[in-house]
Amino acid sequence: MRITVGHLYPGYLNIYADRGNMAVLSMRAAVRGHELDVRSVGIGDPLDPDTFDLLYVGGGQDREQALVAPDLVGKAEAIQLAHSSGVALLAVCGGYQLLGRGYRGRDGSFMPGVGLFLHETVAGTTRMIGDVLLECELEPGLTRQLAGFENHAGRTLLDPGEAPLGRVLFGFGNDGESGFEGCRRGRALGTYLHGPLLPRNPWLADWLLAQALAHASGGEPLPLEPLPDELEAEAFRVSAERARKRGGRR
Amino acid sequence: MGVRLELETLVARSVGALSRAARRGGGTTLPGKLLWKLDPGAVDALAARLPLGVALVSATNGKTTTTAMAARILGGERRLAWNQAGANLLSGIASALVSARKAELGLLEVDEGALFEAAARMRPRVVALSNLFRDQLDRYGELELVAERWRRAVDGLPDSTVLVVNADDPVVSSLADERAHALRFGLDDPRHARPELQHAADSKYCIRCGTPYEYAAAYVGHLGDYRCPACEHARPPLDVAARSIELHGLVASRFRLEAPAGAVDIELALPGLYNVYNATAAASLAMALGASLSDVRAGLEAFSGAFGRFERIPTGGKTVVVLLIKNPAGANEVLRTLETGVPPVLVLALNDAIADGQDVSWIWDVDFEPLLEHVGRVVASGDRAAEIGLRLVYGGLPRDQLEVEPSLERALDRGLELVDAGTELVVLPTYTAMLALREILSARGLVRPYWEGERP
Repeated sequence: MRITVGHLYPGYLNIYADRGNMAVLSMRAAVRGHELDVRSVGIGDPLDPDTFDLLYVGGGQDREQALVAPDLVGKAEAIQLAHSSGVALLAVCGGYQLLGRGYRGRDGSFMPGVGLFLHETVAGTTRMIGDVLLECELEPGLTRQLAGFENHAGRTLLDPGEAPLGRVLFGFGNDGESGFEGCRRGRALGTYLHGPLLPRNPWLADWLLAQALAHASGGEPLPLEPLPDELEAEAFRVSAERARKRGGRR
Repeated sequence: MGVRLELETLVARSVGALSRAARRGGGTTLPGKLLWKLDPGAVDALAARLPLGVALVSATNGKTTTTAMAARILGGERRLAWNQAGANLLSGIASALVSARKAELGLLEVDEGALFEAAARMRPRVVALSNLFRDQLDRYGELELVAERWRRAVDGLPDSTVLVVNADDPVVSSLADERAHALRFGLDDPRHARPELQHAADSKYCIRCGTPYEYAAAYVGHLGDYRCPACEHARPPLDVAARSIELHGLVASRFRLEAPAGAVDIELALPGLYNVYNATAAASLAMALGASLSDVRAGLEAFSGAFGRFERIPTGGKTVVVLLIKNPAGANEVLRTLETGVPPVLVLALNDAIADGQDVSWIWDVDFEPLLEHVGRVVASGDRAAEIGLRLVYGGLPRDQLEVEPSLERALDRGLELVDAGTELVVLPTYTAMLALREILSARGLVRPYWEGERP
């Protein structure tokens, strides 16, 4: 089956491995006999909510983020429509912030966001930098871990009742205090874990593919056939060990 | 101050000698750390005593090589205080100043984050700034933060300071806009332009209006001949230019250096366009300090590589070629030198200590793909061996061509086993992996420890 992916602003939001995440999705889809058709959606390009099965918004440095923010807000309605029709979404770091209600700067300025996730981000004075280990429960009763790296000054505050992506085992997470990281709203996930998130956490790549396939086929998400993933497991093991040892230190 | 400074200097020097005697590394930063603790003002005082003043070099990439090249050009006739082993924080600078007896000129590489304080304390005669790339964001923060610190550093310089800037980097070049004395260098040979901007290109939007630049030629990352189609902000005319560039794979390069004083052909025993940038920067810096074109030529042609950045180490009929990789832009250029005459075997060693960057995400911004189409076997090594292995596999390396061996020593031996006699093994380590590798080679008597200086 063909999975159509909308990669938002790859020319601007491309810091650290966003293309790696895309390569992982492509390869893992291909091994299962599916084809990933990745299309870039840039500034000024229309976003047709019916075209895509998965949307991806990466991270950028502040300057690049500010350059795309107004355009992304213009696409808010299309993103909301896509989400409510079952399109999967992954937003990382800057993209995660932009998909909330907005970002409040230290000078009190407010940069509005898409409003898909019910959260607001407030600029902090210190950056939260380090390895992270999360425990996630995307399906009831099935807990799995995610290992990654965070680097953000913004504190993201989820509205009461808004579900996080996971519970922080080691690291800072959304705001360094709540014990939560990221946000989950149906098939949409947001996270601060940047870089090679999917390469070393292949189960998450498969979860996203399953959601996207469900949208493409109009059915329910089905489990994908497992892959050997030995190298992935080793990369996860070392990354998780780093988080245990040095995550969440200021 | 005089007596106190003498005493502190003496104590600090003794500590350096003790550290070397105790084989606790090179003692390159210990005396400086001590002095820096005792009296930070000593850096100002020691610098002020240098009769020919101080020149500072900073950049994301190439500062160690550029400084070493400038040392070759300038060192013949002047006694230098030079932080040769790349200890480039204030403590390392303090060490270089303390341990160089009777030095006349300070030639100092400075960490990007330390430039502001180094410049404020030493009131340099010349400051050479080469490039800003995304680098270890976990350590330095975003590129724009570093640029802002550089702006403040430049604002605080005396009017008489000559600012040497890379005109090909929009952000760096703009630092010289208001300077009375500036020297702008760059490359000018569109035959070597990249067909498109690389994935990791950074400052690709106009610094004045945010419109994407149009490049007549992009040479390394975002460095090149740029022009903004909306507001006309463009690369300024070059005072010092490298033209007619020829690259000879992993071996050498040559180019014509054109400067206000005239033009000269340079044969460089180093590979890659990035080293042409380093050489042009070093030449500009040296000329700003009064070096002649013939000094520049002699110095650059005698130069064979800076500590750990590029070294060829013979071992039992085979040669280990070590090329440091530490961030996307730098690694891309190193990989580009490997694209011609592709090595059949490669050892890639990824560590994640503080000096390497604890965040290894940057490897995904490196363009490994063109190389992987031609490469034979790859040994992935270092503390994050599996991570670099994954990067290569997702970049197109068949899994059966990859070996994962976290131990550097075993990876090196495995690599040597895989190459034929008379050929080369290319090793690409990150910073602490490079240090560890040199220690292994030094224990085998193949290289001298770095504190004993350049190999003859």
